[in-house]
Amino acid sequence: MFNYYFKLALRSLKRNVVLTVLMIAAIGVGIGASMTTLTVFRAMAADPIPEKSEHLFAVQIDNWGPGRKNVVTGDEEHLQPQISYPDAVGLMNAHAARRQTAMYATGFALTPDNPQLLPFQVHARAVYRDFFEMFEVPFQSGGAWSAADDADRTAVVVIGRELNDKVFAGANSVGKTLNLDGHDYRVVGVLDHWQPIPKYYDLNTDKYGKSDEIFLPFTTAIHGQAGGWGNNNCGGEIGEPGWEGRLRSECVWLQYWAELPSAQDVDHYRAFLNNYASEQRKLGRFHWPPHTRIRDVRQWLVYQHAVSDEVRILVLVSFSFLFVCLLNAMGLMLAKIMGRAGDIGVRRALGANRGAIFNQCLIEAGVVGLAGGVLGLALTALGLMGLRSLLSEDVGRVTHLGWTDVSTAVLLAIVATVLAGLYPTWRAAHVQPAWQLKAQ
Amino acid sequence: MQLRPILSAMRRNKVGAILIAVQMAITLAILCNGLFIIQERIASSKRPTGVDEANVFEIDNMWVGHPSDLAARLAGDVAALRGLPGVADAFATNSYPLSNGGNTDGVMLHPDQPQSMALSAIYYADEHGLSTLGLKLIAGRDFNADDVVDKVGYTDLTEASAVIVTRALADRLFPNGDALGKSIYVASQRMQSQIVGIVDRLQVPWTQTGGWGSAFSENSTIEPFRFITQSSDYMVRAQPGRLSEVMLAARRKLFEINRGRVVDQLLPMTVARQQAYRDDRGLAVILGVVCAALVLVTAFGIVGLTSYWVAQRRRQIGIRRALGATKQAIVQYFQTENLLIAAAGAAIGIALAVMLNLWMVNSFEMHRMHMMYALVGAFAVLVLGQAAVLWPALRAASIPPALATRGA
Repeated sequence: MFNYYFKLALRSLKRNVVLTVLMIAAIGVGIGASMTTLTVFRAMAADPIPEKSEHLFAVQIDNWGPGRKNVVTGDEEHLQPQISYPDAVGLMNAHAARRQTAMYATGFALTPDNPQLLPFQVHARAVYRDFFEMFEVPFQSGGAWSAADDADRTAVVVIGRELNDKVFAGANSVGKTLNLDGHDYRVVGVLDHWQPIPKYYDLNTDKYGKSDEIFLPFTTAIHGQAGGWGNNNCGGEIGEPGWEGRLRSECVWLQYWAELPSAQDVDHYRAFLNNYASEQRKLGRFHWPPHTRIRDVRQWLVYQHAVSDEVRILVLVSFSFLFVCLLNAMGLMLAKIMGRAGDIGVRRALGANRGAIFNQCLIEAGVVGLAGGVLGLALTALGLMGLRSLLSEDVGRVTHLGWTDVSTAVLLAIVATVLAGLYPTWRAAHVQPAWQLKAQ
Repeated sequence: MQLRPILSAMRRNKVGAILIAVQMAITLAILCNGLFIIQERIASSKRPTGVDEANVFEIDNMWVGHPSDLAARLAGDVAALRGLPGVADAFATNSYPLSNGGNTDGVMLHPDQPQSMALSAIYYADEHGLSTLGLKLIAGRDFNADDVVDKVGYTDLTEASAVIVTRALADRLFPNGDALGKSIYVASQRMQSQIVGIVDRLQVPWTQTGGWGSAFSENSTIEPFRFITQSSDYMVRAQPGRLSEVMLAARRKLFEINRGRVVDQLLPMTVARQQAYRDDRGLAVILGVVCAALVLVTAFGIVGLTSYWVAQRRRQIGIRRALGATKQAIVQYFQTENLLIAAAGAAIGIALAVMLNLWMVNSFEMHRMHMMYALVGAFAVLVLGQAAVLWPALRAASIPPALATRGA
């Protein structure tokens, strides 16, 4: 039966080529526009670490209090997305989570061994060893440094695959040294390809930027006075001069993450944070009740507006566009089906029941949807190329058409067209055979 | 023109008419909001920075390590740049407009005010800053050599005794227009700084619509510092027409002086502008394409459905013609029908457009759309309908009256 209806559909579509082409074009263009933006949106809003996102928490502590003169950023609760050095040290020393790391973005001038080559700039991240296991960072060779390295401020680094390719021509460089700003660092690990999108662990700058090229112990970076390359907010009160002054200040410039595998751990950690803040109050550092918060990865992405306004606007516009295209297709389908009321009347008179007519028309709609979907897919590929050439590199990095996107596009086209075809189909099924035959 | 027959015909084709009206309503809502966003983004990307962009470029200089003679090296670099043939002036700074990275501080009149009065971007410059950037001094004076002091990195808390502010910031702090000579407190400074000069305009480094800095985009404060740090921005102004020649010479000169550095980029301000506003322009282009496609789809939808109606009513049209209706009357019939549908669509569309705009104002830090956009959009949709209906209407008018005499 299906085959027969399919053939009937093709024949019917061939009978009025202009209407058919218009319908397929409308659906194709609508699917193309909406899938283009949806692909970007999904990449931006996707959970970057789905198997673990519920167990990783960003930590916020109010170290400025309600009376701060120059709260230049911060949310409605007066919380900052980053924490101060004294708090980072306090939390790391307490070791209250299964794993935890304070971190910040920094960078160096790397001097290659080959004197012919000029030094170049590398983006680095100062982290504790737990970072790699917490964020499931894949290693190509070697591994994270030891807890002893963290404690002893050893000059070791883990480097990214691209940097390893560039400096060591892709060889296993574990044990070799890198010269960063005139100091030697021993390579202990080389990462495999790793590009979290977005860079959820630090969304303050460069959300969709390239991943960090070098990781070094937080303690080593602080000891070496490696300045922050990310966002720093002193809220108008800088404190004392110099690097030591910065470390003692209430400026917020560090990110802090904790891994809490169970609900119980989460409760405990919340209590621990509040205890910590009360303690700071007793010590005279805070003059307000404890005000702390933890958010898991998904909550953090929403809180930090990981998806750009531009993309959200485009998704909205393109889906409204798809809706218009479907209304359009619906009108055309209605016209087409009602134009064939005579045929339908004959089929009904020859014994086809309403269900049969309904199925036949729905299959016709499905065929249009399929063709529209295929056209839409081609337009999506074209649209993504357009986006890559029009928007910045960072947006370009998230515009890849995967198999899920392909199947989503075709499925969306068929489902949407069949839905749009429901009303015309229903009208067709209610054609009165007697009337139509009389009119002939 | 009789409306009654049109309305009763429409009543028999309710769904088709509603489909067209709704399409036109949504088209209108998207069209005018889209055009509004396009206009806003293009206007934003054309805002002047106050800098002589055609002749200024930036050199992103980073020393390898933290040499102890940093101050001397920086002074040497800047002096060498100033000495290059074709260079008008040069200085070293922490940030520049269109760079999307820099410092912000709160500004107030007295240290005991509970809140700062304005936020301001902070730029560091020596006595060559204004001349290099080509800023227009509208009151007071430029920095002199006595004002300028060393600031060794951001953690050096050396204070500025004199500042130059933009006209926008001066007006914000002193609405009476008497800012020159007054003292202000920049929050992270712990002493008063005197306003010694006011420049017409100097945009903050950030350019993102609705992003950081968008609420105070014209508030800038220039502090008289020689910024001595591992990474800084050298700004160079070339004599008119000599930019590319000077850029080549500058890079060569810097590496001739010392190879222990990284120069990631030499960036003309014109290119910095393109990069800074790339996403805005991209959004404008994409919205433009979507709006055009939307108009086309809606137009073809109208053509398709009206053609179908014409085909359906061939006999009736033939009868009308036979009874004496002119071709023009037939065309007018379809045009009036479309006008009625489009008017209904436009009415719903204006309401939708305003709602969409209000929702976007709430969720995207956008501005309220001027009603003009909705009205112009409504007009455009009416014209679109008329244009789309013309072809099927003409086809209808060409139906011969003789058709009425033939059997179906």
